[in-house]
Amino acid sequence: MKIAIPLDENRKDVCVTFGRAPYFLFAKDGKQEILDNPAAQVQGGAGIKAAQFIVDQGAEVLLTVRCGQNANEVFQAAGLKVYQTQGTNALENVSAFMEGKLAELTHFHAGFHGLQ
Amino acid sequence: MRLAILSGKGGAGKTLLAVNLAAAAGDAVYVDCDVEEPNGRLFLKPEDISTRPVHTLLPDFDPQKCDGCRNCVDFCCFNALIYIRNTPKVFPEVCHSCGGCQLVCPVGAIREVPRPVGHLELGHRGHLQVVTGILEPGEASGVPVISAALESVRNFKGLTVVDCPPGSACPVMESIQEADYCLLVAEPTAFGFHNFCMVYELCSLLGKKCGVVMNKMDIPYEPLETFCKEHHLPVLARIPYEPHIADLVAQGALLYEADAKLAQQFRKILTEIGGVWQ
Repeated sequence: MKIAIPLDENRKDVCVTFGRAPYFLFAKDGKQEILDNPAAQVQGGAGIKAAQFIVDQGAEVLLTVRCGQNANEVFQAAGLKVYQTQGTNALENVSAFMEGKLAELTHFHAGFHGLQ
Repeated sequence: MRLAILSGKGGAGKTLLAVNLAAAAGDAVYVDCDVEEPNGRLFLKPEDISTRPVHTLLPDFDPQKCDGCRNCVDFCCFNALIYIRNTPKVFPEVCHSCGGCQLVCPVGAIREVPRPVGHLELGHRGHLQVVTGILEPGEASGVPVISAALESVRNFKGLTVVDCPPGSACPVMESIQEADYCLLVAEPTAFGFHNFCMVYELCSLLGKKCGVVMNKMDIPYEPLETFCKEHHLPVLARIPYEPHIADLVAQGALLYEADAKLAQQFRKILTEIGGVWQ
């Protein structure tokens, strides 16, 4: 099972934002890969674009601090499950998820959508 | 002449100025572009109202024709399109109706269909035409309703008073795009001054001629006074912070009709900016 996590600049911690995280960590079968988030710098629709990217990478699970409604709509269409991270370290969250310690994310914020 | 009235900060007195200047001009058009909460009609009480729907265009996909090339998804710079499980999908509130997806689709699988986003109310108060733009609750962008409201009075040659939305983002830009003059309503407070600077920056970027009306005036706010002097911004009027004005406004009265002294001020503003009166 491929797991995706938004990563901070330090490439180690979970990024507090999803759509504009600088990187994504993909973990599968004990192997990890870090890829640039193509949506990090876009003007609008970052959550949607980042979600499409994660689905295209073949991830089945996303571990994140928070996530917007639009991105969640993409995940629902793709059948990808979203779980809420605990603490800051990304790899520890992968382990926590494998041990069944993370809960599904239930609140999806309305998003910022470039509006003020 | 197209006169836009804006402030940045909400509650500074845009509508107060706009409805009274429109009433003072008489044979004019008033357009309420504050489409999320249009309230000029509460003061102008227009009659013989007709309504007109406002639509935007949204891509609609023909799944039979779509071959999954994703050209549309890649082209959309607003990221309004996704392609999941062999199905294209649009996020209506992110779509800007540019039509680009339809153009880049190599197999003609996309057509644009109208989507209702609001409506216009068209009426009059005597010789004054009143246009109210009303955005559907829950819609994210007022821009299509604003542009439809302005389009509906495009051919009017006399004074058009445009009551702008608050802020300094896209809906405001849309409202002032074709303005000949921008009247900035400023509140003499730190908050009012901050937002005033933002709209002034926007107006000057667009090369607009500007003037200032200070509203709820009690003690002069020095940074605002200095800013106006330094930028050679004419202060056209100072409307005092007085309970009887608040009372009249709360009753939905037009100051132009209820207060002779203020009526004089409104006529003076119109004279100075060339929106007629002498």
